[in-house]
Amino acid sequence: MGVKLVMPINYYIFLAVALFCIGVAGVLTRRNAIIIFMCIELMLNAVNLLLVAFSKMHYHAMSAGNPNAGIDGQLFVFFIMVVAAAEVSVGLAVIVMMYRNTHSIDVNFLNRLKH
Amino acid sequence: MGTTQVLFWFLSILAILGAILVVTSKNPVHSVLWLIVVFVAISGHYILLDAQFLAIVNLIVYAGAIMVLFLFVFMLMNLNSDTEPQKNRWLKIAGVVTGGALLLVLVAALKRADLKQQMATLGNGDIGLIKNLGLVLFHDYVVPFEISSVLFLSAMVGVVVIGKKAEEDKAPAPGPQRYGG
Repeated sequence: MGVKLVMPINYYIFLAVALFCIGVAGVLTRRNAIIIFMCIELMLNAVNLLLVAFSKMHYHAMSAGNPNAGIDGQLFVFFIMVVAAAEVSVGLAVIVMMYRNTHSIDVNFLNRLKH
Repeated sequence: MGTTQVLFWFLSILAILGAILVVTSKNPVHSVLWLIVVFVAISGHYILLDAQFLAIVNLIVYAGAIMVLFLFVFMLMNLNSDTEPQKNRWLKIAGVVTGGALLLVLVAALKRADLKQQMATLGNGDIGLIKNLGLVLFHDYVVPFEISSVLFLSAMVGVVVIGKKAEEDKAPAPGPQRYGG
């Protein structure tokens, strides 16, 4: 591969912003607790994609001096995945508990937490 | 437009279309399946960006493990589009408008940013290979790595505690129901 393939970082930023905003709109419009949870996963993935794109951007700018430039971004993505896996397990346990108690996964039932 | 550009646009459109369908699907199981499509598209982006390790981990952990967990929960709860709770129309419109407004603000703010010259490299670079990632992970990020193991342990304990409490609450329930059904 003689010629260096590059992609403007703008495209990745706008793609990630679009995915993130779809996730936000999903959290605000749906009442199914699990769908809300899935929209949060969608937002996490938008951020992951942007982190990887920025990592490659930094690599493009800095790779002459440091062959490992930008590797930190990919490790951050790795840690975000770790935290997301733990979060999903606990969150789904909470949702299953909520379903056992209320026989519904409508988040509006949770407003009785205020009593 | 080279193959890379074609793949980029294809994966981007697939991701955004899948994300919209995740939010708009009436049936929750369809939402999960569309979310898997989004994750596969994002893994394709990782491969285009030469982050091979993250692409495989994304497929295994997200599309493999987490989505199967979601499907299991849907199966256990026996949910379908009939039991789907509905918000009233104005709240839905307000949610979409809020998300669109956020999109508008972010795009307007980022459009002016001087990023035209910044490029992301595709098709070269070894930083996504597991060898380099592992070396950096176990040199510079050992402490966060160990802390994440503590996080996993506490998450495991938390899940067991949350699940067990319900069993204890249910145990003193009326006797005949225990064998019913």
